[in-house]
Amino acid sequence: MAVLRVKFTKTKRDKLAQVLWILNWISVVTGVILFSLGLFLKVEINKRGELMAERDIQYVPNMLIAVGLIACAINFLGGKICYDCVDTTKFLRWKLIMLPYIICTFFFTFCVLVGALMCYNMHGELEESLNLGLTEAMRFYKDTDTPGRCFLKRTVDLLQIHFQCCGNNGYKDWFQIQWISNRYLDMSQKEVLNRLRSNVEGKYLMDGVPFSCCNTNSPRPCIQQQITNNSAHFNYEHQTEELNLWMKGCRQALLEYYVHIMQSIGLAVLITWLFELSVLTGVRYLQTSLENVLRQGDPNSESDGWLLENSFMETARTNLNIIKSLGKNNQIDTSNNGDPNINVPSTSKAHYGPDNVPPKQITEDS
Amino acid sequence: MALLKMKFTQQRRVRLAQGLWLLSWLAVMCGAFIFCLGIYLKTELLRRDEVMDNTEIHVVPNILMMVGLASIGTNWVASRVCQDSLDASRFPRWKVLLLAWFAVAALLCCLLIAVVVLSYALQGRLEESLKVGLRNGIRFYKDTDVPGRCFQKETIDHLQMEFRCCGNNNFKDWFEVQWVSNRYLDFTSKDVKDRIRSNVDGRFLLDGVPFSCCNPASPRPCLQYHLTDNRAHYNYEYQSEELNLYSRGCRQALIDYYMDLMNSTGPGVLSVILIQMSVLLSLRYLQTAVEGAMALENPEGESEGYLLEKGVKQTFEDCKAKVLDMLKFAQVDAADAEVSPGAADAEKTVDNTTEKAASPTPAS
Repeated sequence: MAVLRVKFTKTKRDKLAQVLWILNWISVVTGVILFSLGLFLKVEINKRGELMAERDIQYVPNMLIAVGLIACAINFLGGKICYDCVDTTKFLRWKLIMLPYIICTFFFTFCVLVGALMCYNMHGELEESLNLGLTEAMRFYKDTDTPGRCFLKRTVDLLQIHFQCCGNNGYKDWFQIQWISNRYLDMSQKEVLNRLRSNVEGKYLMDGVPFSCCNTNSPRPCIQQQITNNSAHFNYEHQTEELNLWMKGCRQALLEYYVHIMQSIGLAVLITWLFELSVLTGVRYLQTSLENVLRQGDPNSESDGWLLENSFMETARTNLNIIKSLGKNNQIDTSNNGDPNINVPSTSKAHYGPDNVPPKQITEDS
Repeated sequence: MALLKMKFTQQRRVRLAQGLWLLSWLAVMCGAFIFCLGIYLKTELLRRDEVMDNTEIHVVPNILMMVGLASIGTNWVASRVCQDSLDASRFPRWKVLLLAWFAVAALLCCLLIAVVVLSYALQGRLEESLKVGLRNGIRFYKDTDVPGRCFQKETIDHLQMEFRCCGNNNFKDWFEVQWVSNRYLDFTSKDVKDRIRSNVDGRFLLDGVPFSCCNPASPRPCLQYHLTDNRAHYNYEYQSEELNLYSRGCRQALIDYYMDLMNSTGPGVLSVILIQMSVLLSLRYLQTAVEGAMALENPEGESEGYLLEKGVKQTFEDCKAKVLDMLKFAQVDAADAEVSPGAADAEKTVDNTTEKAASPTPAS
């Protein structure tokens, strides 16, 4: 009992082949789109590479790029096959390849689905990576004279301006690190020395933030220094002041940005997966109906197409047996002493001499 | 003597029609490109509308948009004419339209050339407009509580950060303006009172700039206040410090930006002018060749194509005569005075001949 049997007349088969040809070419285009989405994600991650610690997040765009390229190749081949399927003689060329092609494409669609799920799963890894990366970047903000780190100040400033964020979790992160280099500190001043002595590590800590934290929507010129000191500024209350600096943390801002990109990409990949699956179903129907036509002999007759020849359970059982016997090729069948010809009844009459008496059987005991 | 006469066999006429059909569709694309260019320029100008005083520079994108749309229509008509040109029954209905078409196409080319010229000529006006607009923006920076001006601060801050510039000519423009609102000044403080008394208008002036002037590429955390006071900051010399703030003025930055934009579109516009001119000339050749062929006994034979039937001067004289003829039937004014003696002479000679014809009769 076949799974989802459908009758196909000749015209229906031809139409199916033509439609599948067009759909395969559309799938090639979607493969290219997947490839470019993967490329885009890779570029976006590399742009902020300095702010991300070493974590394995490159696998998502790499997977998308690989899946996109393979989708192009597979659907290109599928397009050629479907184009030739209109003509029964040309189908013979592809007959032996079609079933392996369908199985490969079926497993490939699993890869596409896995790619889509990976896009949604990258969240945790990315957050870890951003957390560490931003902490490091803020620590090295002042090291504009150290080769290899001299551009971190600019990177962090531009990040805070562009993403409208301040610090890792919030602006108070800047209070805990020294972000002014010692080159610009007047060590002869009493105030500077007091601050340096006020903590164990000898860091110059202050309740101030860099200028890039300033909020452009504030009605008031930006207050960067002595933020927690209400009396230092006229008409200022630090607890209720919300518009002065950016309130969001940069980790949060970057995470939202990347999650948004990846959700859109994940959606596109899911839609591509559904499309590929439907094209695969069409190709399977085309293959089975053409094979049945060949079996019947008359190329213009009606034929059946199905997804599976027997029911799902039976097909699963047969396939499992095939897989099991594949492994058994080299094993010896011990019940007949390894000889498969023992105890097979002979179909032809043997001449055993004039008496026509078969010789005594040699048993294993003697 | 015709201008630039060329012989056209049937084969060549067919080729010309096909080539011109393709060329006119290319010209339609170019028209669409010009239209999109106009829209892009207009949106870029509108984005910075708040720092511009007048909208004179908007004439450039406006003309581009109009020319783009007109060009799409005109070249589409040209392609229809080409399609019909080889069919003797369908071509005559376009005859009347073609003269108008040539006039419109020539006008479009002239307008495009005018646009290129204007984009250079209006640079001075743009500079003036930006100067006044930026000066107002900087003056009203502090008025975040005045309706109608409350977004000036945000506009100027975003502008300075995006274009990496500070002030109108340079950062010192901020020293001459009170950019801190009175709401945030403590009038009981001595420093504030001194500063307010130090100038005639009673403004709170300081040698400081807003945070948006800060240059992120500076190796040092930004110094915004007491900029001219070397002692206020450690290891700081105001005369030699270049990286702390943006050194460019916003007027210069914006002008550079808009001039770059218009210069980069220059070659595109020039090539569109060339394409339009070639469509115009080819269509003229096609028209004259096909009309010549239709007048022949054998429509498949050779015919001549030309740009102008007579020479340039002769055609000009003919046109002038036609136009003045038309004017003669309307009211008589000073322009006709030079012609009317000539016309009157002609009339007089006609009258004389009729008189002469009339006068002998009584004699005979």
